Amino acid sequence: MIPEFGHFALVLALALALAQATVPLWGARTGDATLMRVAGATSIAQFVFVAASFAALTWCYVTSDFSVFNVFQNSNSTMPLVYKYTSVWGNHEGSMLLWVLILALFGALVALFGANLPETLRANVLAVQAWIAATFYLFILFTSNPFLRIAQAPAEGRDLNPILQDIGLAVHPPMLYLGYVGFSISFSFAIAALIDGKIDAAWARWVRPWTLIAWMFLTLGIAMGSYWAYYELGWGGWWFWDPVENASLMPWIAGTALLHSAVVMEKRDALKVWTVLLAILTFSLSLLGTFLVRSGVLTSVHTFATDPTRGVFILAILVLFIGGGLALYAWRAPTLKQGGIFAPISREGALVFNNLFLTTACATVFIGTLYPLALEAMTGEKISVGPPFFNLTFGPLFVPLLLAVPFGPLLAWKRGDLLGAGQRLLAAAALALIALAATFAYQRGGPVLAPFGIGLAVYVMVGALIDPIERIALFRVPLATAFARARGLPRSAWGTAVAHFAAGMLLFGVIAESQWNSERIVTVKQGETVSLSGFDLTLDGLAPRKGPNYNELVARFTVRQGGTIVDVLEPSKRTFPQRGMSTTEAALLTHGPSQLYLSLGDVSEQGAIAIRLYYKPFVLLIWLGAVVMVLGGALSLSDRRLRVGAPKPSRHAMLQPAE
Amino acid sequence: MTRKQRRLTLIGAGLGVLALAAGLVLFALKDSIVFFNSPTDVVEKKIAPGSRLRLGGLVKPGSLVRGDNLSIRFEVTDGNTSLPVSYTGILPDLFREGQGVVTEGTLIAAGQFKADSVLAKHDEAYMPKEVADALKKQGHWKTEDTRAPGVAAGAAK
Repeated sequence: MIPEFGHFALVLALALALAQATVPLWGARTGDATLMRVAGATSIAQFVFVAASFAALTWCYVTSDFSVFNVFQNSNSTMPLVYKYTSVWGNHEGSMLLWVLILALFGALVALFGANLPETLRANVLAVQAWIAATFYLFILFTSNPFLRIAQAPAEGRDLNPILQDIGLAVHPPMLYLGYVGFSISFSFAIAALIDGKIDAAWARWVRPWTLIAWMFLTLGIAMGSYWAYYELGWGGWWFWDPVENASLMPWIAGTALLHSAVVMEKRDALKVWTVLLAILTFSLSLLGTFLVRSGVLTSVHTFATDPTRGVFILAILVLFIGGGLALYAWRAPTLKQGGIFAPISREGALVFNNLFLTTACATVFIGTLYPLALEAMTGEKISVGPPFFNLTFGPLFVPLLLAVPFGPLLAWKRGDLLGAGQRLLAAAALALIALAATFAYQRGGPVLAPFGIGLAVYVMVGALIDPIERIALFRVPLATAFARARGLPRSAWGTAVAHFAAGMLLFGVIAESQWNSERIVTVKQGETVSLSGFDLTLDGLAPRKGPNYNELVARFTVRQGGTIVDVLEPSKRTFPQRGMSTTEAALLTHGPSQLYLSLGDVSEQGAIAIRLYYKPFVLLIWLGAVVMVLGGALSLSDRRLRVGAPKPSRHAMLQPAE
Repeated sequence: MTRKQRRLTLIGAGLGVLALAAGLVLFALKDSIVFFNSPTDVVEKKIAPGSRLRLGGLVKPGSLVRGDNLSIRFEVTDGNTSLPVSYTGILPDLFREGQGVVTEGTLIAAGQFKADSVLAKHDEAYMPKEVADALKKQGHWKTEDTRAPGVAAGAAK
């Protein structure tokens, strides 16, 4: 009964979405407030039904109901409970259900918190949101129904792909989808503005927090996916420029550009037409990512099963929304009024510079990802575009962008003083040069790129802090005054500084890891010792161990540093009998921001085992950078002017100094 | 600065960055793309030694030989032609004789391939798409649902 209930709830959600897609739109056109108000109620009801459907599927998984084909294929009764929950979205059908659940959630949130939106805008936004939802419900119901039954229920399921049996599956897909799907709100707002033919600074003030929330989740989702691949796949790599990774990186870059251009629109009422275009493009890239990953065009760990009808269906959705969105843009954008003007050297100019480089970098990733597919479709020639391509194109484009990052917040709106900003950045430049020289001296003939990369990272980090340091007059006024000023500084200014600082951290980690990573691949016998970067690892022995739904071979290594025992590492190889698959569980030793990485290969007949041992200096800064960047986003989101439903400023706040 | 001048500056800057990016892309595409070939392709196209490529096919049963210091030799076959491959390192978890594989490396001499990476598969039922296509071309592809024979047919609808 429960699977049928879930199926039925999904059909009802589709019906609600169809109503929501048409009625409010008609109301907005005829100015009928009653019809417009339908949008709010239906979007909340829609969410309730999708949530019920999702809960039904979860129930099937948790109770191991193998009469449901989807559960039979992706679950097993011996699996730990947490993986029974996560395997709900560890397959194509379930993950699409999660996709629409989050889409409906965002729609419901707009309905709940959008009370102060202009009535027509709200109705149009929710209607566009329902178009997207309706197409995806149809997609699930016709091509990827998770509730299909098997006539004779098997006694045992086929188990979840062992690579996915990890806590990473609990975090990475929901985060990523909250990001991907969150951009649908920016898209709906853009389309609604084009339908209305009206757009102003209040629009940008509304769009920015939603974009920021989506961007924060996407950042976390990508970082989490990267860390998961790093420790689970056993190669010690954290980014492979795999098409599937690029599919999530493209909306991230476009979303970052959108965040910055929305600032210009909000503060200066300029760049309207461009911001609307970016909002459409960002969500289009999210849809493209969904298409690339879900259609089976690319094969990877994310492709659960390939079925050509699905690919064609998603392609149709893609064409409908991207084509439709851009056509509407071409038709209506000229009617949008032009905003304030500014000199090329100004805060607006710096943000345009940012957008220019980000979108171009995004375009190079786009070409590198889709060129092989296009070439194969046209000539049948199969090629692979790997990391060298992206390092050569993406890298050089990011250097001028990062050099410009600290300038942005130091330039005034409308007309800025480049020389003045440069002088204020002298301290950052000086520290960067010192870091460059120190790195050069320290590594003596190491990779040439490293000192320059480290120098650039230090420059970005210090440069990001200059603006708040000057504004609170640190070291120039007593500490208590500076502290009071720091509290009075708008949270968005802190958000900017923290997020830009994090970009420097991330760069530091990337440069240090890629340039100074050391590795050894050897075979060891019991009692033998391997040394790398000051660590001595001794193999104590190999022992079999039994897990809930797997058997593993554990190797025990004692790690010594200068003779004293630091830690014991236990990497293992797991075999999952249900699927006849094995996985490699790496062991990590965290040493400050650096990590020692140990994973196992095959055991030879003589009882020796092959191991991969890496020392990865500062590697944790890569993911910490992403986390700090999200923290910056959260600070900016908590800024007074963006707080949803914020009360009028209190008397206390108004008495504070303007700076 | 007038609106027109401002717009021209913007467009100029945009075109400049795009030109830079186009140059970078063309430069990178010339040197850093790798072509996929089956063993038959390698023989038929008479690919010159020293070129970098991806070689895909099935691991020929009985061809895997492990040497000292993690050196490994095996043959990749597409049913008609097979090519010996040498590799040093750790093989992915799902590397098995008779299964599909994609390797990347250089052709060192006619009929000798030195791989520097052997690509991991993610699922026991999954066949790299390139390999499946190459096998189809050579007429050795058997269409069968390896995931759940018998049960898939019993699925409702």
